[in-house]
Amino acid sequence: MKIPSHFNVQAPFFLLQVNHSAMKFIGLLKHACFATQTNSKLCVLLLSITALLSLSACSDVEQSSKRAITYCSESNPAFFNPQLDTSSTTADASAHQLYDRLLEFNPINGRIEPGLASSWLVSDDGLTYTFQLRRKVAFHHTKYFKPTRTFNADDVVFSINRWRVASHPYHKVNGGSYPYFESLGLQQTIKDVKRINGYRIEITLYKSDSSFLANLATDFAVILSGEYAAQLLNEGKPSRIDFFPIGTGPFKFSHFKQNHYIRYIRHADYFLPTEGTQHLIFDITPKSSLRMAKLITGECDAVAFPSQSDLGVITERDDLTLLEKPGLNIGFWAFNTSKAPLDDPNVRRALVLAVDKTTLLDAVYLGQATRAKGLVPSASWAYQGDAKELGYNPVKARELLDEAGIPYNFSLDVWAMPVQRAYNPNAMKMAQLIKSYLNEVGVTLNIVSYDWNIFRENLRLGIHDSVLIGWNADNGDPDNFYRPLLTCDAIPSGTNRAMWCNKQYDSLIQSALLIDDFEQRKQIYKKANALLFEQMPLMPIAHAYQYQAIRNNVKGMEINPFGGIRFDNVERVP
Amino acid sequence: MIKLFIRYINLMVLTIFALLVLSFILPFLFPGDLLTNISGITPETAEQRKVLEQAFMLNENIFAQFQMYIENLLSGNWGVSSSSQISLFEEISSAFPATLELVFYALLVATFVGIPVGFLAGLRHHNLADFSVVTFSIVGYSFPVFWLALVFITLFCLQLEWLPISGRIDLLFEIEHVTGFIFIDIFLSGLEESKAAFKDAVRHAILPTLSISIVTTALFVRFTRRSIMDVMEKGYIVAAKSRGFTQWQIFRKHSFKNALVPILPILALQISTLFTNAMIVETIFSWPGIGNWLIQAIYQQDYPAIRAGMLVVALFVLTLTITIEFITRAIDTTKDETARAAV
Repeated sequence: MKIPSHFNVQAPFFLLQVNHSAMKFIGLLKHACFATQTNSKLCVLLLSITALLSLSACSDVEQSSKRAITYCSESNPAFFNPQLDTSSTTADASAHQLYDRLLEFNPINGRIEPGLASSWLVSDDGLTYTFQLRRKVAFHHTKYFKPTRTFNADDVVFSINRWRVASHPYHKVNGGSYPYFESLGLQQTIKDVKRINGYRIEITLYKSDSSFLANLATDFAVILSGEYAAQLLNEGKPSRIDFFPIGTGPFKFSHFKQNHYIRYIRHADYFLPTEGTQHLIFDITPKSSLRMAKLITGECDAVAFPSQSDLGVITERDDLTLLEKPGLNIGFWAFNTSKAPLDDPNVRRALVLAVDKTTLLDAVYLGQATRAKGLVPSASWAYQGDAKELGYNPVKARELLDEAGIPYNFSLDVWAMPVQRAYNPNAMKMAQLIKSYLNEVGVTLNIVSYDWNIFRENLRLGIHDSVLIGWNADNGDPDNFYRPLLTCDAIPSGTNRAMWCNKQYDSLIQSALLIDDFEQRKQIYKKANALLFEQMPLMPIAHAYQYQAIRNNVKGMEINPFGGIRFDNVERVP
Repeated sequence: MIKLFIRYINLMVLTIFALLVLSFILPFLFPGDLLTNISGITPETAEQRKVLEQAFMLNENIFAQFQMYIENLLSGNWGVSSSSQISLFEEISSAFPATLELVFYALLVATFVGIPVGFLAGLRHHNLADFSVVTFSIVGYSFPVFWLALVFITLFCLQLEWLPISGRIDLLFEIEHVTGFIFIDIFLSGLEESKAAFKDAVRHAILPTLSISIVTTALFVRFTRRSIMDVMEKGYIVAAKSRGFTQWQIFRKHSFKNALVPILPILALQISTLFTNAMIVETIFSWPGIGNWLIQAIYQQDYPAIRAGMLVVALFVLTLTITIEFITRAIDTTKDETARAAV
C-alpha cells in the first residue's frame, strides 16, 4: 500500500510496525504484556482499548449506503443556477443534476441532440429557430414547491427572457449578472423568443450565428420553472429561485449546508429512463489531499479535480479507477491590459519571453498536459498547428523592458487561483516558478490569493495586475474560446481576465460566426491568432487532460468534456 | 466569602465589557465597507443602505451605536454571515454544540482513563508499571495535538482503513439538528437506521476524541499520580496501615477522596485547554464545530462571522475559567493558585 507523497505527514511507521490485521496487533500486545510480566491491570486496559478500536472498524453503514453516491466537490456553489455563474463548481452542483436544456451535447462525439426540445428547425437565412418541445416532462415536487402543471413553452420563455430582457422582473434578482450569455453577447443576438403554442417556441435572431444551437446546449442554458418563479414573485421572495431550485433534472434539491454538504434526492418522475443512485451527496472538501484521502477510505465515491501528484497513486491502487480524456480547456497567464505598464504590448511580450513554459509544463502539470500555443486545444477543429509562439529568451525580455522604460525592481502582482483545475492544477506553484524567472530579468512578483468566490469577484472588478487562471470550454466550438476570453463584451461579464478590448479582434471573431463553412472560419481564426501573438494579452500555457477519480464499485460515471459532471446514471454496485 | 464573590463578579464584568468593546471596534478596523462588515449584507440600492444604516444607528454617535450593538447581541440579532447570508446566531448555535460534544467526549476519556491510571501508577510507584505510565504520559503530554491527529489519520484511516477521516457522521444519514449533540439527535430523529447511524457516529468520534484526549489524559495521570503519592505519605495513612487495614480499605476510605479533592479544580480548568485543542482538531477532521467554522469564515473574509465567533468563544472560555476558579477558591480558601499548579 502506498501513501501519496504529499500528505504532509511522514507516516509514523517507525512508531509501530503495524500489521494490516487488527487481531495481529492485539495479539502482539498480549504477547508483549505477558513477556514483560508487567502490571496486568494496565495491560487489560490497553488491550480493551485496542479491541474496542478494532471492533468499531466493522461497519453497518455499507448496507444502507448502497443507495447513495458521495461526490467530494471542492467548493461551495455560488448559486444553484448556472445562468448566474460560469464557475464549474456551480455548474457541477446544478447544471446536470437539477436541470435540463432544450438541447444536449452527446458526450462522446459532441453532436447536438434533443433535450427538452424533441426536434428543431432552422430557417434558410439562419435567423429563425423553431423548437418542438417534449410533453409530460415533470418539474420537481418538493417541500417548497408543488407544481400544478408539466413543462411547457412558458418555462422556456421565462428561462431565456430572464437573462435576455433587462426589464424582466427576474432579471435583477440575485445580482442580475449572467456572465456566460453576456460574454457571448447573446442578449444582442436574440431578437425575440415567441411562444407559438404550448409546446412550440420560436427564437428569432438579429444576425445569423453558427454557434447558436451549441450555446443552447451548454451547461448555462438551463430551463427553470416559470410557475415556480411566478409563485415566488407572489410571495415576495424572488431571490429564493436560485437557492431553492426547481428544475426538471434527474435529481431534486434537498439541502445545502455551506462548507459542508449538498444533498439531492432522485427525481422519480424524470422524463428519461435512467437507472442510478437514489441519493446524491456532494461532500464539500476544499483540500485536494483530503479529498484523495477520503476516496481511499471510501468516504467519497468520486472526487473532483484529483491533484496531478495523486494520479500515480490512483492508478496503482486496485480499488480506484482513473478516467481520463483530453480536455477542451486552456490554462493561461492573463495580463490586466487596462493598467499601465501592462497596457504596452511590448511589456507583455517581455514578460512572456522571460518565462520558460517548458519548466511550467513539467513542474506543474507533470506531463499531464500539452503545450498551448494559442487559445484552442488540438481536440478542436479550429486548432492551428503552425501558430507562432514566443520562446524563452530572458535577454530579449530585459531589452524590451528597458525599451519600455521599466526599471529594475519593478514590482508586479500575480493572482494565483486558490482552487485546482485541470487547466491549472497548482497555480501557487506556477506563480512561484514565474516569480523566480522574473527575478532574473529584474521584475519582482508578488503572489496574491483569496477565497475562490472573492477571488473571482475581485477579478471581475479588474483590480489585479495579472492572474493565473484558465478556461473550460462549454462546447467544442472555437467561438467558445475566442469570444468569452478576449472580446470587449466579455469585460463587464468578467470572463475577459485580460480586460483586453481590441476592435479588430472583435470584428474578426464576429465575422467568423456568419460563416458556416469550417475551412473559411478556420482562416479567420488564424488571423485572430496572429493578432493575439502580436498583442499578447495573455500567455497561453497548457491544455490539460481531464481526470476523474472514482472507486471501482461506482458504475456509469463518464467524463463530460462539454461541461459539468453528471450523475443521472451513476450507481454503486456491490 | 462575599468579598471574594464580588471580586470575581467584578473581574468577570470588566473583562466581558472589554471583550464587548473590542468586538465592537473590530469592524471599524477590518478593511472594506463598514456597513457590510457589521451587517454582513452588501446593500444593492441606496434605499437598502439607508434602512441598514438606520438599523445599526450608523449615523448616530459612537455610544448610541455601542448601545445598539449590545441590544442586538442580547436579543440574538447578531447579523448575517456575509458568505452564506444565514443568521449568525443560527450558524453558531449549530456549530458550537459540536465542539462542546467533542470536548465532552474527551473529558470523559480523560477522566475515566486518566484518573484510574494515575491512581494505579501512584499507588505502586517506582516499579516497571509506574515507570512506563510516567513515560507514556510524558510522551503523550508532549505530542502536538494537530500532529497526533495527522498521525492517526495516516495510521487508522489510510493504512488500516478502519475509521473514517472526516465529519461527525456519514452524510447519508439525514439527522435533523435539534440539540446539536449528534447522539441525542440520532435518538430523537427516530430514524429507521438509527442503530447503524449510532455506530457510524461512534466511528467518526473515535479519532478526534483520541487526538485531543491523549494530551489531557496524560496530564490527568500525572496530576493524580502526584496527588496520591503525597497523600500516601501522610500520617493518617501510616496510622491506618499500622492498624492493619488492607491497601484497598485505605484507598477506599482515606486516600481516594483526599487525593482527588485538591486536584479536581485543576482538572476542571483543563476544559478550556481541551476546548482550544478541539478547535484545532476540528479543522483536521472536518468536524462541523466552531473552530472549523471560524477558519472557514477567515478564508472567506466573512467579517461579521469572525467577530461573532470570536466573541462567543472568548466569552465561553472566560466565563468557564472564572467560574471554576471562583468555585475552587470558595471551597478551599487556604491555598492560593501557585500551590495548586505543581505537576
